[in-house]
Amino acid sequence: MALIELDLAHAYVPNPRSDDDYALLPLKMAFRDGGAYALLGPSGCGKTTMLNIISGLLVPSQGTVRFDGRDVTRDSPQRRNIAQVFQFPVIYDTMTVAQNLAFPLRNRKVPEAEIRQRVGRIAEMLELSGQLDHRAAGLSADQKQKISLGRGLVRSDVSAVLFDEPLTVIDPHLKWQLRRKLKQIHHELKLTLIYVTHDQVEALTFADEVVVMSRGRAVQKGAAEDLFERPAHTFVGHFIGSPGMNFLPAQAVRGGVLVNEQPLAFQEDRRLPEGPVKLGIRPEYLRMGQPGDGRSLPARVSRVQDIGTYFLLTCELGGHTLKSRLGAEAAPPSVGDTVHLRLLDAHTCFYRDEQLVEGTA
Amino acid sequence: MQLSLEAITKSVGRSVHLYPMSLSPVPGAVTVLLGATQAGKTSLMRVMAGLDTASSGGVLVDGQDVTRQSVRMRNVAMVYQQFVNYPSMTVAQNIASPLRLRGERDIDTRVRALAARLHIEPFLDRLPAELSGGQQQRVALARALAKQAPLMLLDEPLVNLDYKLREELREELTHLFASGDATVVYATTEPGEALLLGGHTAVMDAGELLQYGPTAEVFHRPQSLRVARAFSDPPMNLMAARRNAQGGVRVADSVDWPLDLPAQADDGFVLGIRAGGLRARALPGDVAIASRVELAEIAGSDTFVHVSSDVGELVAQLVGVHKFELGARLTLHLNPDHLFVFDARGPLVRAPQGVR
Amino acid sequence: MTNHKPVNQKAWWLVLPVILCVAFSAVLPLMTVVNYSVQDIISPQRRVFVGTEWFVMVMRDTELHLALWRQIQFSLAVLLIEIPLGIALALSMPAAGWRASVVLVIVALSLLIPWNVVGTIWQIFGRSDIGLLGHTLLKLGVDYSYTGNPQHAWWTVLIMDVWHWTPLVALLAYAGLRSIPDAYYQAARIDGASQWAVFRYIQLPKMRGVLMIAVLLRFMDSFMIYTEPFVLTGGGPGNATTFLSQYLTTKAVGQFDLGPAAAFSLIYFFIILLFCFVLYNWMQSLGTSDKEQGHA
Repeated sequence: MALIELDLAHAYVPNPRSDDDYALLPLKMAFRDGGAYALLGPSGCGKTTMLNIISGLLVPSQGTVRFDGRDVTRDSPQRRNIAQVFQFPVIYDTMTVAQNLAFPLRNRKVPEAEIRQRVGRIAEMLELSGQLDHRAAGLSADQKQKISLGRGLVRSDVSAVLFDEPLTVIDPHLKWQLRRKLKQIHHELKLTLIYVTHDQVEALTFADEVVVMSRGRAVQKGAAEDLFERPAHTFVGHFIGSPGMNFLPAQAVRGGVLVNEQPLAFQEDRRLPEGPVKLGIRPEYLRMGQPGDGRSLPARVSRVQDIGTYFLLTCELGGHTLKSRLGAEAAPPSVGDTVHLRLLDAHTCFYRDEQLVEGTA
Repeated sequence: MQLSLEAITKSVGRSVHLYPMSLSPVPGAVTVLLGATQAGKTSLMRVMAGLDTASSGGVLVDGQDVTRQSVRMRNVAMVYQQFVNYPSMTVAQNIASPLRLRGERDIDTRVRALAARLHIEPFLDRLPAELSGGQQQRVALARALAKQAPLMLLDEPLVNLDYKLREELREELTHLFASGDATVVYATTEPGEALLLGGHTAVMDAGELLQYGPTAEVFHRPQSLRVARAFSDPPMNLMAARRNAQGGVRVADSVDWPLDLPAQADDGFVLGIRAGGLRARALPGDVAIASRVELAEIAGSDTFVHVSSDVGELVAQLVGVHKFELGARLTLHLNPDHLFVFDARGPLVRAPQGVR
Repeated sequence: MTNHKPVNQKAWWLVLPVILCVAFSAVLPLMTVVNYSVQDIISPQRRVFVGTEWFVMVMRDTELHLALWRQIQFSLAVLLIEIPLGIALALSMPAAGWRASVVLVIVALSLLIPWNVVGTIWQIFGRSDIGLLGHTLLKLGVDYSYTGNPQHAWWTVLIMDVWHWTPLVALLAYAGLRSIPDAYYQAARIDGASQWAVFRYIQLPKMRGVLMIAVLLRFMDSFMIYTEPFVLTGGGPGNATTFLSQYLTTKAVGQFDLGPAAAFSLIYFFIILLFCFVLYNWMQSLGTSDKEQGHA
């Protein structure tokens, strides 16, 4: 278990000149001992690069990596005591499950009795006790991933466990079990866990704190609720949430905003610097309002989808498409209806130049 | 074009890939094949396309038997999950290939129009290897659309793409499908994707076709336990129950709930309720379930709470962000009328009343 | 609606030319050999059916037994040296970049040389007057003579074959190594595995498929070897390096004993078939679980 501190950048070329030359733009980040973190972003955003730098499989072109204050930038993964789980299960197929789990300990010359005990404990935690003597190669994908994970957990002094999109090859209904297992392991063993994914549901359910990345830059780091309620950047608003945040161009004026030339007034005492802004509101918070309440605008329903637990409405407002999530209890409007969408809400955020604008209250 | 599969089976050697099944996808609409990996979705699509011959049974197109017709004769377009494009041809040549094969005219304009629809116009002169995954898949889609085949098969086309990219492309796909009149068959493992695509869904499991119908209907009225299991994300909460003396049910040998059961039903049942059916606040008609929180997962605007209770381990999907201490006591509520009641052997005996 | 047979009969027409070629060049001659093996060809006009007499005679021929024994020793030695050497060579070749291309070309050079030229090269190489190897050994005080000393002849033939064919094993092993995803090496590093453990638990199992091909190819080729040892030693000194195929040729062409030669050819053919069948099945059984691995 270790406090991991990063103060680095990673460029593709020796003398980077523009942002495009960097895989990871200069950043400073700390991962608390025993915390669960997720690096979330689309492909090419640099999350796997960051993970490989933390694990020691890659040396950053500039800067340092520290574990508990010690500079480990050039240390190998073994010296850092890292465990890593990859996208597809990596197991030694000539060995049984038990031998697979014991392998890292055998390489460190741990006494046999202790090996047996640790392997037994980890196998039980991962629900693999029944398969210890089976050949690892014959198991299903999710069991093999558990073995990969187990090899990382079996070392008592592991400083952090890193995951590189580990649930990619797992069936959806097994993903739930594995995610739950990971959280339980986190609670029991209190290890530092860092998880790379492009799936925001995985990131939000797994991590205490999520780092949202885009094109080599860490855009926002925060707990799930913060990323959801107050995204610091329109990218975070768009990337988190399924579907992502709705954005509308607006004009900030005294006491409110103008959307499509229509005035909307702030209910609470909120002020924004005047000028063009982007209004952001999540589909979960875009509810129905009343005509004339000063916060809603009419929109035409273009699509209604039954998603089982809720309805997803797609509406057109002045040439912009907005999505709204409606609970399953009431009957939804029909296609072609005009509904009033309440755009101004406690959860509405405003952005200028893609950055969140804090209105003084 | 009306495609009909009648009593199709497919066996390779001694292993059965498809058990006898009949399916007639609704013409001009989207049919989703939903099932776990190895459920038989790809095998079924290959039989539909003519890439594999069924071991028995017949494939009919508009009433004509095409079972023995090779895939070349049939007019089918197929999109795979591995972004299959001709690697040595440019994007424009890739999209044009089906048009060239048919000797059509005005190829250039049509290629441009399709590229514009799929937002790949800037890449027309590049090779597929130079594009990102999402762009390569768009090229494959454009090529499939260029063929204008009456039957379009998509085998998990979005599974190798990023989550957000998948969302965007799925939106676009639903628009593309709606504007065309081809019959579309789309295979996926994710129940959420089936619900987002709409149309009709055929649920498959271990080589069997379990249920086929409008997606929302199959979701809200699964005909059997297996369908309910396959078509739920998160997995449905299931509880064993028996009839009790008071005309209700005794659940998991511990609590009694009022529930109207049809007279002919057996003694042992399985009760099912989806995660969204469990509530933190009570509504009239609810029964309470005392439980202890084991795990709380926050996913955006919903919280998934895993609890252990007298009736077993449950997962509840609560709207909003809720923080729970591990081991905290939580009372969940559900309305017994909204329960699915399955016979112990599988078939649905009673559907939720008073729900859509 | 009943069971359907494959619909496309056109494919058979496309295969017909190949069938005719193979029939003409392989099947018919093979049938001829079978024919000869059961007859005594006293003269082209006079043939007597003798049944299995030739087979019995061939099996009892002590010269043949010796040649067979020599052949088995040779093939075994070849496999035992070339396979590990080829793997070692493949492990030390660079994985990518221009260096990889250069090394690949250099390694493959010996495979491009015509086989009788290989024999000639080593013939000259081994001579103590004009050959680099022979002369050096002479200078070092070794009384080296591949024409006079049977031991020396054996070693020379063996080393010549190793020089000639190890690159094939190396190339096959190299291809197998390149197909191993990086993540396995990374996981092994993280697990603290030694180089030997990486080889034993990751590289060797993953090379199973290509190694099987390499073993089969090298076994078959070495068991049928003719040109190189013939050019180098002529089978000598005495019978020291007379292997099976040379013995067969001497019998059939040199002595015009077509009957026994034909009988022996068939036996030769079946021995190779049997060995390959056993080898193949054994290696397949080692790798039955590999299929599951590829699924994920």
